[in-house]
Amino acid sequence: MKIICNGKEMEVRDGATLEELILELQLNPATVVAECDGRIVLREEYPQIFLRQGIVLELIRFVGGG
Amino acid sequence: MILVNEQPYHFKVGLTVRSLAEDLKPSADLFIVNGFPVSAETLLADEDSCWLIRRGEMPAAEEIERLLYARHTPGVHDKIKKSSVGIMGLGGLGSMVAFALARIGVGRLLLVDFDVVDPSNLNRQNYFVDQVGLNKTEALRANLSRVNPYLRVETIDTVLTEQSIPTIFAKVDVLAECFDSAEMKAAALRCALTALKGKPFVGASGVAGYGDNNLIITSRIREGVYLVGDRETAARPGEGLMAPRVGIAAHHQANQILRLLLNVA
Repeated sequence: MKIICNGKEMEVRDGATLEELILELQLNPATVVAECDGRIVLREEYPQIFLRQGIVLELIRFVGGG
Repeated sequence: MILVNEQPYHFKVGLTVRSLAEDLKPSADLFIVNGFPVSAETLLADEDSCWLIRRGEMPAAEEIERLLYARHTPGVHDKIKKSSVGIMGLGGLGSMVAFALARIGVGRLLLVDFDVVDPSNLNRQNYFVDQVGLNKTEALRANLSRVNPYLRVETIDTVLTEQSIPTIFAKVDVLAECFDSAEMKAAALRCALTALKGKPFVGASGVAGYGDNNLIITSRIREGVYLVGDRETAARPGEGLMAPRVGIAAHHQANQILRLLLNVA
């Protein structure tokens, strides 16, 4: 199925969760802020959010250092 | 007319620095005219700008206030001095942001960190070698008071969490995210977009190493929400955190905070 991630169309496997997508993108879920269809999602929700066709995701990833 | 300690003073031909000092500040032992130290016998000219200083003397609150009004113009300074900024994390970013905001006279700073000054911090953080072992909150408060002793600086020595951030920073005008940890950077942004929605926020990500200066940018990611950095360069071996680049990012943050306080962002 197709989703929109950071403005770009992306193919993801059916039944994938937000957590799995973030891991597939080689990111650490704890360092990513996620917005799904305009809603900011809590970190604990990532494994429970099943992506569906056409969902619009914004992922903002952070790197350490300050 | 001349200016003496930023205040107008009637000029007449033949006026010397000594007679000016006798009139206004007999205890003065250092005289600056138009930016340079001069002797007491110097003749003044119309429109000169003079400083009469007693070495080692702490300026009064009103004197520092006058300076900031003169430097920043009254309209700007009035806004800055009435404003408050919360700083999460007092490392390379936070200690620099705090200094910049204290120097321009931000009226109230809320500084929060759990950490102590350790020797490895000194390559980039605004602490001194004789402060190793002190809480960063106390060390930074002491350092800021040497810039401007009349600001309200509040400190909390605690480990911030996603749960505590909204309560602790509920009342500040602008929030600065200056954490080291990527997890806490993400947590702070989540707070800014949910529980603290509407509160201006300036975070940072990607400030390590010695990469190109101009890859450090300030991006507006939502209304009132900004992220500074190259967004990629994490601290890692061979690409550590260093004063120059962390300082560039910190001052991006500080200037963006100022823009938000002045309603130009």
